[in-house]
Amino acid sequence: MQDTIGFPILTWLTFLPILGMIFTLLVPSGKDEASKQVSNTIIRWIAVVVTFIQLVLAIIVMFTYNNTLSGVNELSSFQFVEKIPWIKATFPLVGQFSVEYFIGIDGLSAPMVLLTALVCFVAVFPSFNIEKAVKGYFAMYLLLDTGMMGVFVALDFFLFYVFWELMLLPMYFLIGIWGGPRKEYAAIKFFIYTLVGSVFMLLVMIGLYFSVGSFNMLDMMDLSKYLQGSIFEGTGTTIRYIAFMALFIGFAIKVPSVPFHTWLPDAHVEAPTPISVILAGVLLKMGTYGMMRIAFPMFPDAVGYFQSFIAIVGMVSIIYGAFCALGQHKVGAKDFKKLIAYSSVSHMGYVVLGMASMRPEGMAGAIFQMFNHGTITSMLFMIVGVIYDRSHKRGLDDFGGLANKMPVYTGIMSIAFFAAIGLPGLSGFISEAMVFLGAFKTYPVYTIFSGLGIILGAAYMLWTLQKIFFGKLPEKWAGPWDPTKKKYKHDDLNALELTALVPLALVIIYLGIVPSPMINLMSASVNQLIEIMKPFVLIGGQVAGM
Amino acid sequence: MPQLDIFLENLKISVGMFIPEFVLTATFILAILFDLIFKKSRNISGYVALLGFIVTGIFLYLQVGTNYRAFADLLVIDGFANFFKFLILITSILVVLMSLFSKELYTEHRKLGEYYSMIAGMTFGMFLLCGASNLVMIYLAIETMSISSYILAGYTKEVKRASEASLKYVIFGAISSGIMIFGISLIFGLTGHLNLFEINKFLATNDVNIFALGVSSLMIVAGFGYKISAVPFHFWTPDVYEGAPITITAYLSVASKAAGFAVLLRFLKVTFIDSIPGSDSIWTTLSGIDWNFVIAVLSVLTMTLGNLVAVWNTNLKRRLAYSSIAYAGYLLMGVAVLDDTGAASVLIYFFVYMLMNLGAFYIVMLIANKIGSEDIEDYNGLGYRAPVLGVCMTLFLISLTGLPPTAGFIGKLFVFSAVINAGYLWLAVIGVLNSVVSLYYYVKIFKNMYLKDVESQKPALEYSAPAIILLMVFAIPTLVFGIFYGPIVDWANNSVHIFLGH
Repeated sequence: MQDTIGFPILTWLTFLPILGMIFTLLVPSGKDEASKQVSNTIIRWIAVVVTFIQLVLAIIVMFTYNNTLSGVNELSSFQFVEKIPWIKATFPLVGQFSVEYFIGIDGLSAPMVLLTALVCFVAVFPSFNIEKAVKGYFAMYLLLDTGMMGVFVALDFFLFYVFWELMLLPMYFLIGIWGGPRKEYAAIKFFIYTLVGSVFMLLVMIGLYFSVGSFNMLDMMDLSKYLQGSIFEGTGTTIRYIAFMALFIGFAIKVPSVPFHTWLPDAHVEAPTPISVILAGVLLKMGTYGMMRIAFPMFPDAVGYFQSFIAIVGMVSIIYGAFCALGQHKVGAKDFKKLIAYSSVSHMGYVVLGMASMRPEGMAGAIFQMFNHGTITSMLFMIVGVIYDRSHKRGLDDFGGLANKMPVYTGIMSIAFFAAIGLPGLSGFISEAMVFLGAFKTYPVYTIFSGLGIILGAAYMLWTLQKIFFGKLPEKWAGPWDPTKKKYKHDDLNALELTALVPLALVIIYLGIVPSPMINLMSASVNQLIEIMKPFVLIGGQVAGM
Repeated sequence: MPQLDIFLENLKISVGMFIPEFVLTATFILAILFDLIFKKSRNISGYVALLGFIVTGIFLYLQVGTNYRAFADLLVIDGFANFFKFLILITSILVVLMSLFSKELYTEHRKLGEYYSMIAGMTFGMFLLCGASNLVMIYLAIETMSISSYILAGYTKEVKRASEASLKYVIFGAISSGIMIFGISLIFGLTGHLNLFEINKFLATNDVNIFALGVSSLMIVAGFGYKISAVPFHFWTPDVYEGAPITITAYLSVASKAAGFAVLLRFLKVTFIDSIPGSDSIWTTLSGIDWNFVIAVLSVLTMTLGNLVAVWNTNLKRRLAYSSIAYAGYLLMGVAVLDDTGAASVLIYFFVYMLMNLGAFYIVMLIANKIGSEDIEDYNGLGYRAPVLGVCMTLFLISLTGLPPTAGFIGKLFVFSAVINAGYLWLAVIGVLNSVVSLYYYVKIFKNMYLKDVESQKPALEYSAPAIILLMVFAIPTLVFGIFYGPIVDWANNSVHIFLGH
């Protein structure tokens, strides 16, 4: 246990937003229009300050983080650990029932903690456009922030589950109240899909508790700690395979992998811009993180049994998601946002494929891809939000020639677009290359097919670029003054939008040129995770370690 | 005559043990008397009832830890009965408090003396039922509580729905008591005993015709099933819950269900479980009836039907009625495993259910006071017109769904733990799928409150401070026990041992 700075920094990181939420609720809402505006402004800046402090704390954590410690299943090499008994009770036949407030980070969660803080900070700025029930919006936003951060730091399964479910309700309201025309449908679909996944996770969690006698995730990863005659004792039993599948599907719904992805386009299309950003930027990562933290190390034997299935799920997600995104150019609503949503399905498929490879470079690439997808897709959704705010349109055919009218916007946009395509020099390239390098050694055939996703990705992205930014500006778009928004329809980016987009663009460029800080962060943990999986899974090529 | 001495000694101690029930009887009478004397004040009998319940609670607290067979084995005083008595008493206190804020009860020209005294009377009946260990005693206790509840269900007699509800309740009640007493007579014929301990001894040492025993005990269980509204004995529930005053609906959905579960668990455990001294936490079934399977089937039917029908109902009282049927199903899962873990999980879940269900009904009542409707479509935008109510209602509904960090999750966690621990995976899977279905209709309520008619121009609903404080009495524990639930689990663990008489 490395308590590097003697300050419960992870607790602060996690619960600071709740503190902010309480502050926002205490702001009196004004009686007349003017004082209402004042209170809304105060609430917005509380959110900015809180998420900024959170980001600073996360950066401090990254700088004090010791790269050489692996974590995963070793308590001694976790960092910033806080371990306090939470519930102690006696239950008939079961005996002592105990839950701990047990949090800490390792190389698997550290990038996610940084990503959460970063995305939650930048997504506050597009939230400034929310005019309806501002107090409720930011209260829910901050609660969601706590839920997500909690998932990434929890090391007690019970605690993990509480945080996992904690974010459902705010997300439901954020989509349902502030969303688009079909918001109610999208919100309840999101809620029910996720709940179906998580109730099975609950059953597996209870089963694991009875097998190990605690909710400690590290104990659950240690096969020797399983009690004699308990439900998940031994390896390779049918019940373990079923339990793994239940967990895997629960997490795959969140990722989302094909065929559990159908909630995602609906949720994205209806959600307001900042919520789409959070959804794609952080929420989806909870699925793949859950696989890596829980499903894989606790059921390595079942991973071995289902390994090629997992790889196929990844491959199918990549190709199917890419085709759906491409299809947005030809059929249906031709919605820019839906296109990005499907591209998320495709890009998260790389993560699943990389994890299934069980190669160090593939696994590290998967985590890196999670981080990069978080930053790149956040940018893409904000880019959609920018033109939607100005025109209340986001059809792919509604625009053209924006490059002349909005040069700064086009410049920033092209960074995100090319990063999404995987252009060398930008972060997306590194992580996708690592995934393919790893996956090719274990599953050459699936990887070759998955390569199709890259080609399709280039196609739908470049096509979008061409349609929206080049060519001629249509008449309806050229109108000079929009009285409702009090600005020119083709005004370039304002300061708020730049504040949100520029940090992400810098991160993307920086990690594209110097990826080593991020890779060093996770490499020890990735090797440790592969060490756990090694006896059970197929690993292609020579494993040299990283 | 030593026999007589023993009897007198037992009687003397028994009378001492009966003080809580005596206090309830006194409350029952005093509530009417005070109502007659102080004609001006309409609340006086309510205050008398409250005071009586608090005194009862003190005497009940003094009995914690006692195990005694009182009145020649008619009643048992043990931790298990004590837990349920506390639960029922708390419910009674909360329901009386709720009633003080009810608009439908306080219409002109209505005396409420009988109303409050009937609540005391019903509490008395349920107290008896919690400890009853003799089939005739069980029958009498059920009748005592039922007669009070028939009157209470139709108390707003000028409302047509209420009279209809009451009549329906009486008819169904009469039939189920008839079936039950028939079952009791059959058991008496088979074993020659009415005392549960004696029946147990008889079953342990003699062979009985299993068919006759099965039929007769199922008839008795049907009587309990009627009280807990388990499918297929639930038909009265939606109509009565919709017709009765909301306070009474809330009361029936918690207290009478609690009494029903108390007697069901006691009946199964004392009668059909092999009572070898020293091994009473392991339940071995006597007599060859597969009670686990019977109760599990009842449970699956109950929760599935309750949840599926609830989806289609737009009257909130009716929807919550079906949700309470579904809850009977979840609780029966805990009974079905027939061990101490299951019984403890039922106790935990019941405590939690009491808080959130009463809370939800209380909000329905507060809103009906102002807008005069219980229809879900009239709830549009209410989250903005009454923010505190909206947040609390969301909390209760989330808790009823069983999502953390609310108390409802803890209840669900322990019931599923008990079911999985006993190896009934299929039952657990059906249970969790049901809770997903339940999400849909619970969400619909706060969907209307928050997602529709946002920034409503209708006037805000104002509530008095005491009404909001009472709401906090429900809401704060629902949240706090979701995070620090150790005490409830410990209390349930200490109360789970049903006294078997050795």
